[in-house]
Parts: sequence; structure tokens; C-alpha cells
Amino acid sequence: MSVNWRNISLFSLMGLLLIMTGVNQSWTLALTIVNMGLISSIMALGVNMQWGYAGLFNVGVMGYTALGGLAVVLISMPPVGEAWSAGGFGVLLGILIGVGTILAAIALWNRMAPGKLRVLALIAVLVGGFALNRYFFLPAAAAIEAVNPASEGYLGGLGLPVLLAWPVGALFAAAAAWLIGRVALGLRSDYLAIATLGISEIIINFLKNEDWLSRGVKNVVGLPRPIPTPVEMRQYEFVFQLSQMTGLPVNRMATIASMAGFALLFLLVLAILMWLAEKALNSPWGRMMRAIRDNETAARAMGKDVTKRHLNIFVLGSAVCGLAGAMMVTLDGQLNPGTYEPLRYTFLIWVMVIVGGQGNNWGAVLGGMLIWFLWVQVEPAGRWLAYVLTSGFGADSAVRDHIMNNVAHMRLLTMGLAMLLVMRFSPRGLIPER
Amino acid sequence: MDPLNALLALTNFVLIPGIAYGSQLALGALGVTLIYGILRFANIAHGDVMAFGTMWTILGTWLLKSWGVSLGFLPTALLVLPFGIVMTVLYLLAADKLVFSFYRKQRVRPVTLVMASLGVMFVTNGLVRLIIGPGSQYFEDGERFIINVREFMATTGLEEGVGLRTAQALTIAVALIVMVALFWFLNRTRTGKSMRAYSDNEDLALLSGINPDRVVMVTWILAGGLAAIAGVLFGLDKGFRPFTYFQMLLPIFAAAIVGGLGNPMGAIAGGYIIALSEMSITYAWRRVVAHLAPEGWEPNNLLQVLSSDYNLAVSFAIMVLVLIFRPTGIFRGKTI
Repeated sequence: MSVNWRNISLFSLMGLLLIMTGVNQSWTLALTIVNMGLISSIMALGVNMQWGYAGLFNVGVMGYTALGGLAVVLISMPPVGEAWSAGGFGVLLGILIGVGTILAAIALWNRMAPGKLRVLALIAVLVGGFALNRYFFLPAAAAIEAVNPASEGYLGGLGLPVLLAWPVGALFAAAAAWLIGRVALGLRSDYLAIATLGISEIIINFLKNEDWLSRGVKNVVGLPRPIPTPVEMRQYEFVFQLSQMTGLPVNRMATIASMAGFALLFLLVLAILMWLAEKALNSPWGRMMRAIRDNETAARAMGKDVTKRHLNIFVLGSAVCGLAGAMMVTLDGQLNPGTYEPLRYTFLIWVMVIVGGQGNNWGAVLGGMLIWFLWVQVEPAGRWLAYVLTSGFGADSAVRDHIMNNVAHMRLLTMGLAMLLVMRFSPRGLIPER
Repeated sequence: MDPLNALLALTNFVLIPGIAYGSQLALGALGVTLIYGILRFANIAHGDVMAFGTMWTILGTWLLKSWGVSLGFLPTALLVLPFGIVMTVLYLLAADKLVFSFYRKQRVRPVTLVMASLGVMFVTNGLVRLIIGPGSQYFEDGERFIINVREFMATTGLEEGVGLRTAQALTIAVALIVMVALFWFLNRTRTGKSMRAYSDNEDLALLSGINPDRVVMVTWILAGGLAAIAGVLFGLDKGFRPFTYFQMLLPIFAAAIVGGLGNPMGAIAGGYIIALSEMSITYAWRRVVAHLAPEGWEPNNLLQVLSSDYNLAVSFAIMVLVLIFRPTGIFRGKTI
């Protein structure tokens, strides 16, 4: 196998950009970009599995990342004992009744002979189950939310190590993807897009409004960290020595060490995922996936169960997005459902995949890094561009003031343009599929 | 027992807002369904195109107001609406020329066109936020009510009142006119007939000498007009905020899918089905039931199935049910 100089130089160029940021602006900024960039790369990897391997159009990335974030809260926060005794039983009973109702409805639909009686029985089961669920659930949820609402007012988590939350986050996302995939896969491709778009909005609504679970828009802060905080870092000997060597103040060095710890952890996860993804892509399974993507009818004629394989890859890719979501919330140390926005968490990831190179894992990783870098750094450029474009209005024009106030949205426009231009003129992206 | 008051409460809180919202959804879904029928892809940018048209109408309204022009008891936006339509149509034609036509000529898979519409959505969204900002804008002026609840209660002496806002009445009236005109166009004019032919069988339509470029152009013009009208009516009724318009995408697509993608009649029916179910599932029925229940049996909880924060979940659930049990929609999609 020949050495792929093109890829190596592209990645080195990316590294150079980051180093220049470190030298010219600050190392903390460079590391912030690296950390979020690594997470974005993992999200892009997940989307690339669905789109690049199998041609599935998922526009619900935001929902899966948010579910991953929820997992961090549910796994790592200490349980709130008072809330559990106030309404834990009622909430659990309500959830059990809800699940039981749905299972009963499905069993009933499959067992009974088709006809009006079946429809009536189904409606009776659903309405009865729902009323019962509300009866137990609502007072219990209200009781939980009344427990110390300023700082708690939710059930808390299990108090387990925070790293355990990452695979659990992947599992949450996988479960949601399985449900959606069962409904929308096998139908026309547009339906999957709309269904995923819908479910992601609903997941965010759910997180914003179910205060007993996620504290809603009141946010959960102070999540446990897998890496020592800068303050704890200051006590380590090696931080002191490093600060002596580089001449940076100990405080700055401790911050950098803490962020670098996260970066190493993320890099490790990315490396494992990359290894698995490359193995999978070059295995018979990967060839089958690409065959299905390129010609579904032919693959079907070869006896492949296209819908089932689509469901597999859809669940896998969403799980990767969930993992990335859990990592992001761990990095931030807080879950704020109010900040999830589809433009940032779904469509930007798509720009990363398209620009990086559809169907190529390395392309997705590079795209994730590069687009995140630009997303952070392009704002001053957008400001300058808007300044030049509106210079015709004169210095004290109200129109110009108004536009300059909204200039932060310039980057949406730039990212959209970047996506359209790459799609049109270089549809295979920076690192094309082999 | 007081069925009259129950009926009035139902009309005031569910039927009137539901029908107005349904008309807005139906107009949006008509645009989506037309694009799907003729160009054969789901246009994800439609919500933001609606925002784009509304934005120009709002800007025009501000300008007219600063000149002191108004429409009396009707909102000034109605006077500017043609300008909003023209801007939207021009924008869509430019988007088609610069983005979509390239992929159409290559005969790519529909999903690539959906991706392209994603890019257009991104750009449109950026433009709207850049020009008017991400915040809420209220631009309803003129007489606010046609029937005022308090006056209604005073004149009739009833316990419940019915209110009808100008924006709601206007929405229903304009939607009716637009729908009738659209169906007249599709069924009676030569261009409309050629559009239906193109949607039914592209090859046969080309063979019989229908100009595809013209059909596509007329489709974008119609879609742009419908989007701008739907957006302005929604904005007059509930206020304009770019993010809300993006979120409208879900109920609009749900409406189009429930009615059968590509079927205009279905889009209209779907719009009203989605809107009325959203309203009735998130409405607290206590007031209505209290009027109907015998003395002393009034319910003591809200009787609300879901809180109104979950209105998106309702349209999504209906869409999923339709996808499971009747994927082609109620009216059997894919004819125009």
C-alpha cells in the first residue's frame, strides 16, 4: 500500500492551523477548538457511517447527541434521595404502565382478527392506559419537582463513574434510532429525513419540559469530570515542572494540562472508533453496505435484506452520535437542553461530512476538525465582510448598525455556501472515497 | 348541562384557532407537495423560504408605516404581500438556477436534491437572521378583532364568548381564495394541465411536447407564492420568529404526508387534520366538559392530554401512524 501523501499533508496542514492559533492567539483557544473538533469529528464519523456507507439521510443528529448528554446526567450525578421518596415510585409506575400499554396494544393488534372490534379494543387499551399513566405520573412528577427546586427538583442519577455514561449514551441513541428506523426505513428516502428531523425536535422538547428527569431549562450543572479540574491540577508535581520549563504561569499551565487531558481521552476514543470503522468498511460487511448503497436492486437480487442492513447501520451511526453527545456534555460539565439548536448540532455536522468527503472516514474526521475550526474562527472574518459590504450605507446608517448587530449569523451563510459549493464543484470532498 | 356554552367554548378555543392554523399549514403543505410532485424531492428549505417571504413583507410594512400608509382596519402587511411574493419567487428562481437545475439535469437520486435543499435552507436561514435578526417581530396592525369576546358576551348575555381576530378571519378567507385559484389553475388552464401531466408521467409529457423548463419555473413560482402567503398569514396570527418557521417544517410535512405527498387535495385535508388534532390534544378540556357535565360532577383536573409544549409531538405521532398503516397517505399520493 502506497503512502497516502495527500491525506498526510491535509492533516498536517490542519495541525499547522491549530498550532498557529496557539502561537498567535492562545493555547487555551487552540485546545478548546481541538476538544470540540474531536467531538465534532466523532459526530461526523457517525453521520458518515449512515450516509457514506449506506446512503441514509439522517437529519436528527441533534436528538441523538442530546440523548447521549442525558445519559451523563442519569449515570454520573448523585441520586436525590428526597426526590426519590417524594415521587420516585409514582414516576416508575407511570413509566411501567406506559410501556405496558404500548406492548399490550401491539400484542392486541397482532393477535386479534382484523375488523372494527380490533380497532375499538385498541383505542380502549390506549386511552385507558394513558389515563392510568397520567393518574400516577403527574402528581409524582410534580412532587419531585417541588423538592428543593433551586438546586435539585429532579431524580438525580445513579452516582456511577462518568466514563460509564459514554457507552450508555450510545445505547440511548441506538434505542431511539431503532424505533425511528423501524418506522421510516424501507419507505422512500425523504421520509427518513422528515422522521429524524421530527424526532430530534421532540427529544429536545422532552428534555426541556420534563424537569423531573433533566431539570429542563434550569440546566444540570457541576457534572463530575473524568479529568482533574485546573484547580486540582495545580497540586500535581509535573504541572509545576512544566510551568518552570515553558515559563508559563502555573494557573495557565494547569488549565492547559486539564484541557490536554480531555484531548488525549477524546483522541483515544476517536482512534478506537476509527480502527473499528476502517476494519468494518474493508470487511465483507462493508463491501455489502456499499453494494447496497450503489445498487439496492442488485443487492436485493443477491439475497441481501436491504431494510434490515439499513436498520443496522442506522442504529450504529446514531450510537456513535450519542457517544459524542455524552462526551460533549462531560467536557462542558453541564447539560443545558435550551442550547441545542438544529443548525449547530445537525446541519453543521452535515457540512463537515460533505466538505470532508462522503464515504471516507478520514474525510469525515478532517471535515469535523476543519469546519469546527472555521466555525470558531470565521466570525471575525464575517464581521469584516459585512463591514465591507455595508460600507455603502454610510457610517451612521441604521441599516448598517442593524446588520452589524446580527453579524454573528454570517457564519450560517458561509457554512451553507461552503456546503453548496463543495457539493457542486467537488462532490467527493477533500478526501474522496477510495 | 349547558350544551350551547360548551359549543361556544369549543368554537372559541379549538375550532377557530384550529381552522386558522390549519389554513396556514395547508398553504405550506401545498407548496411542499407541488415541489414533490413536479421536482420529485422533499424541499427542506420550505420553512425558511416562508420566513424569507415574511421578512420582506415585514420590512415593507415598516417602510409603509414610516410613510404613514395603512389599510384601515386591515393589516398593512396585506398591501405589501405582493412584494413579499415577488421577492420569494425571485429568490427561489435564483436558487433553482444556481443549485437545483444542475442536479436535475444530471438526473441524480432524489436524496441528493434533498441534500442540496439542506444547503439552500442553511443559506436562507443565514440571510434571514442576518437581515432581520433572530428575534420575534409582531407586525399585525389595523383593527385587532372582528368579534370581541367581551362584547359578544355583553350582547348575548351568555357565559362563554366567541372571539374572532382579524388575522384569523383574514387567514381563512385568503386561504380559501388561494386554494380555489390554485385548483382552477391546475384543472382549467393549459399550463396547469401540463403540470399535472408532467407529474403523472414525465416521459410521456416530454414526448407530447411539454416544455419541462417552463413547468419547473411555474412550479417554483407557485411554491414561492404559496410559501410567502402562508408565512405572512402565520406571522400575522402568531408573530414572526425565524426559528418557529424552521420548526413549522415538521407539521407542514406531516400534513403533506398524511394527505399523500404530491396530492394537493391531500395537502389541504392534511393541514386541517394536523392542526385540529394538535389543538384538541393540547387543549385543556375542563371548561367544555364542565358545561356538559351534570351539576356537581364538574371535573377537577385540566383534562389536557399533553401540555402545549408538545404540539410538535402530536403532528409527528400522526405522521408516524400514517407511515405505518398507510404510507401513501389518505388521498393516495403522487398525482397532482
